Amino acid sequence: MNETILLAILTIITAATPLVFAAIGELVVEKSGVLNLGVEGMMLVGAVSSFTAVHVTGSASLGVLAGMFAGVMLALIFAFLTLNLQSSQVATGLALTIFGIGVSALIGQPLIGVAYEGLPKVQIPVLSDIPVLGRLFFGHDILVYCSIALVIAVSWFLKRTRAGLILRAVGDSHDAAHALGYPVIRVRYLATLFGGGCAGLAGAYLSMAYAPMWVENMSAGRGWIALALVVFASWQPSRVLFGAYLFGGISILQLHAQASGTINIPSQLMSMLPYLATIIVLVLISRDQGRIRRNAPASIGKAFHPTT
Amino acid sequence: MIRLQPRAMPSKLMGYLAPVIALCLTLLSGLILFALLGVPIGEAFHAFFIEPVSTLYGLSELGVKAAPLILIGVGLSIGFRAQVWNIGAEGQLILGGICGGAVALYFYEVEAWYVLPLMMLAGVIGGMLWAAIPALLKTRFNANEILTSLMLTYVAGLLLSFLVHGALRDPDGYNFPESRLFHDAALLPVIMEGTRLHIGAIVAVFVVVAGWVLLSRTMLGFALKVNGAAPRAGAYAGFGQKRLIWFSLLFTGGLAGLAGLFEVAGPIGQLLPTISPGYGFTAIIVAFLGRLHPVGVLFAGLVMALSYLGGESAQITLNLPVAVTGVFQGLLLFFLLATDVLINFKIVRNVRRQL
Repeated sequence: MNETILLAILTIITAATPLVFAAIGELVVEKSGVLNLGVEGMMLVGAVSSFTAVHVTGSASLGVLAGMFAGVMLALIFAFLTLNLQSSQVATGLALTIFGIGVSALIGQPLIGVAYEGLPKVQIPVLSDIPVLGRLFFGHDILVYCSIALVIAVSWFLKRTRAGLILRAVGDSHDAAHALGYPVIRVRYLATLFGGGCAGLAGAYLSMAYAPMWVENMSAGRGWIALALVVFASWQPSRVLFGAYLFGGISILQLHAQASGTINIPSQLMSMLPYLATIIVLVLISRDQGRIRRNAPASIGKAFHPTT
Repeated sequence: MIRLQPRAMPSKLMGYLAPVIALCLTLLSGLILFALLGVPIGEAFHAFFIEPVSTLYGLSELGVKAAPLILIGVGLSIGFRAQVWNIGAEGQLILGGICGGAVALYFYEVEAWYVLPLMMLAGVIGGMLWAAIPALLKTRFNANEILTSLMLTYVAGLLLSFLVHGALRDPDGYNFPESRLFHDAALLPVIMEGTRLHIGAIVAVFVVVAGWVLLSRTMLGFALKVNGAAPRAGAYAGFGQKRLIWFSLLFTGGLAGLAGLFEVAGPIGQLLPTISPGYGFTAIIVAFLGRLHPVGVLFAGLVMALSYLGGESAQITLNLPVAVTGVFQGLLLFFLLATDVLINFKIVRNVRRQL
């Protein structure tokens, strides 16, 4: 295989991985009936926290943990406001994003221009040395494998476990789930915190593996694209994986086209592609209203207040 | 244990009080934040909240920053009431700037009275066109307007960058990515000599009044409120949902476009790769802080304008990162959403009752 094509595929994988993390987390959140629009903010704070931790301690694992922790903390604010204080989920999610952009820029001030060599790649003897295939399947950083394992785990959890069934029940009808004695608020808390951890992890991947560096606003709308991916995937985990790689592909191919100079289109117009693709995909999926109604959690975005 | 008890009627008093409590809490946590950053609290407080408005020029700058926030905030407050979540006002602002700016450059050095009105018209149309895209996608294809309008904001930013690097670049500008400086007939008249306070501030006040009349005195305003509060009641009453989506988006888009034109024809005076420090996003906070009421938006716009000025002043005098502004804005919205619980709920102590 051509060396440049192989390299392009490898970068597509790194571009898709943060989208996989953020979207699969948000999918679980939405399945529990909560719409958290703060993914972008949680990603940014995750990115800056993990980069800070790596910069200070030098440990990649601590960096990843710090990113996840930061995402969970932000999700905790969201959960408290929406689940305990009954605030609007849309407004609170927007607040989370605005806050996250500000906080990450503040924390990240001293990190601008700091270098980091990136996450180490997993090297498996023999397997990684197989020409082409070895580099395609073995020899990524550990988080790439984690992201795929996470999708499989979430898919299994939602479809095959009792806890997953309860989570879906809470998302489809919180009143019925409450009447059956399931702890609606607790389930939604756990789902929201899980989503926050995933978004933080997505951010950590951006600043530690994809870039790897810290730039203000470096997520550049990926949090929002992840939200669109959940709709695109019709709330099905396996399709999230497909969607994330599709979008990773689009964003990398336009970068390569810009770099190679073979296509004479100004760079700004090429950079619009991922955003335009998101809109087109949303339109294609949403126009089928029956499909959305069949797949979307019925109670999504609605406040729940136990009256008894 | 404390718990929340629903009120029989939403509390009017808390509706007014919640923003005040939220502002106080933001102030308090701001001071804690300054302490954590190792900045003397007294100095920081002075630099952030007192110094920017201690001079006449400072006050005029408050108006300069508040004008776009109020313009967009009035539009958003009306849209949010109808549950139309246009969060891409920033993109609509940029398109207004591009279209209005393009007219200014087309009529370069034409000293005629009609240049400025034409620019305003182009700005409004630009913003409306950009907002029409999510409206069309929502009404025709059911696509979520939150995501489409936000994606279009990124596209608008790239479009502006593309134009000032190419078609609209100053031909004598040594390839810097900026347009020509607008000539005098294409610049907004200044209200106060020696300041940058332009007629946009007057227009903003006018829009506040118009928005108030629209909401409280017209059938359309009533339909918007009913549809937001009870969509099914609205549908039974025959208030077309689609019509209201179109109206909300076009109204906000037009105002955002006008705000964008005011920026490029006012304080900036040319097209640059960036023409707004996020006014379109901050206006979301303005709308909520102003209780989705045009008159409330007027005050909220001034408060948020102060957060911009305070951030700049703290950057100059205390060397604080300008990102502090964003943190404050986010905190304020959090506290506001949290204190809003008091409107519909009472906080009561759980007393164990003996049966």
